[in-house]
Amino acid sequence: MKYAYYPGCSLEATAKEYNQSAKIVARHLGVELWEIPDWSCCGATAAHNNDHLLSLALPARNLALAEAEGLDVAVPCAACFNRLRAAEAAVRESESMRATISEIIGRDYRATNRTRAFLDVMVNEVGLEKIKEQVVKPLAGLKLAAYYGCLLVRPPELTAFDDPEDPMTMDRLVLALGGEAVSWSYKTECCGGSLATARTDIGVRMIFQILRHARDAGAEGIVTACPLCFLNLDMRQGQAAASQGEQFNLPIFYFTELMGIALGYAPKALGLTSHFVNPIPLLEAREILRHPATRRETA
Amino acid sequence: MERVELAGALRENLPLKSQVEAASGVTLSDCYQCGKCSAGCPVAFAMDYTPRQVIRLLQLGLGEEALKSHTPWLCASCQACYTRCPREVNLPRLMEAVRQEARRRGMINEKKVVIFDQAFLSSVERYGRAHEMGLMVQYNLQSGQPFKDALLAPPLLLKGKISPIPAKIKNVAEVKNIFARARAKGGGQH
Ligand code: SF4
Ligand code: SF4
Ligand code: SF4
Repeated sequence: MKYAYYPGCSLEATAKEYNQSAKIVARHLGVELWEIPDWSCCGATAAHNNDHLLSLALPARNLALAEAEGLDVAVPCAACFNRLRAAEAAVRESESMRATISEIIGRDYRATNRTRAFLDVMVNEVGLEKIKEQVVKPLAGLKLAAYYGCLLVRPPELTAFDDPEDPMTMDRLVLALGGEAVSWSYKTECCGGSLATARTDIGVRMIFQILRHARDAGAEGIVTACPLCFLNLDMRQGQAAASQGEQFNLPIFYFTELMGIALGYAPKALGLTSHFVNPIPLLEAREILRHPATRRETA
Repeated sequence: MERVELAGALRENLPLKSQVEAASGVTLSDCYQCGKCSAGCPVAFAMDYTPRQVIRLLQLGLGEEALKSHTPWLCASCQACYTRCPREVNLPRLMEAVRQEARRRGMINEKKVVIFDQAFLSSVERYGRAHEMGLMVQYNLQSGQPFKDALLAPPLLLKGKISPIPAKIKNVAEVKNIFARARAKGGGQH
């Protein structure tokens, strides 16, 4: 199984642990990732807000590079995934848009390849059965809230791999890894995205609501598939809690980190040591990092 | 809202109404004002008009009022409203169309949102990628809040999560060309 890999800007910076852990679990599960050489930014919300053609052309350049190689594209960043899918759909649906985009990027792009969320590739292509077979350190006793945010599942005509209102892909993955997924009502609520930078006052209230609902549903941690969601919930957790006179201690995980842990990799190798809210004490308290055979309880 | 004479306003604002419809592809009369969009909007608490009200203003020909609203600038483009709307009204695109028209008229209600977007795009045009550290600095300086999030920067640097040096792609000329050609084509409408 081979995919073109589009990490996106965040995965080289604030989300480097997502990049690290994604590469590790892909290799472990026999998925070859061919990183698109000299890939460029997808333009994110900024291009989308300002210039329709630019917002399609920037991702299209990367898709064209992958298409020339005959590969589908695997994308860990939910925001990038959404933008790449939008470009793919626009080109697939309209011949004149195809011509315009090809002209702007100076490359032929016909959208014969597909963009897939890395989560989708793992759960639906590699498959939960295969992942389950490889688990050596089950996340036994760990209660997690699967948080999808908005761009991974909406709008459904673009994303189309899970239910836009009650997605279950990550919940099922958590179960396959031996953990528990709590039922909660904020799994697709928007975290405010870049609003947290531009209007922190508004952003932290949105972040606070998500954290509060996860905790109230009994979650001990939150699992995400988006660098911006992660950054908002992890880095701004203290700010968000303090704004309402509360305190949380909710570790945030990328799903790839949890996969890596369950597959037996060390937290440091996966990047878990660079979180703002330290997740190691929770993993230790549940004795997940110890070999199951030496655990007190039986998994 | 000041008092307005409806019939006159309707006539006068027709161009704006149809302009926003054309730019967004939304047919304003599709909306039957059920309010489902606003009920689920995660930013509604911070908005002056709810998303439903913005549509109502446009339907009534009170587009000026919609242009003055902060709502289109605060919309996080999360797609919850569009996903849930029983009439499939693409509200996020409508919000963008209103925002673009407001900007065209020099009515920028949320300067910080615009500054952030511009800082982001100029980074991409210059390096081919977004440079998060440079972005933060440029954004803070231009928005007149040099020490915003200052406490977050040192731990980010320490954890190696942001770098003072931008990651520049090799073929940056190709990305610059994409910007230039998109601009030459007028960016296209939303
Ligand atoms: S969404 Fe963010 S990080 Fe992802 S490529 Fe696009 S801009 Fe760069
Ligand atoms: S949900 Fe749709 S129909 Fe209902 S008020 Fe909002 S835009 Fe109008
Ligand atoms: S897309 Fe905008 S208006 Fe619609 S629910 Fe999200 S924030 Fe509200």
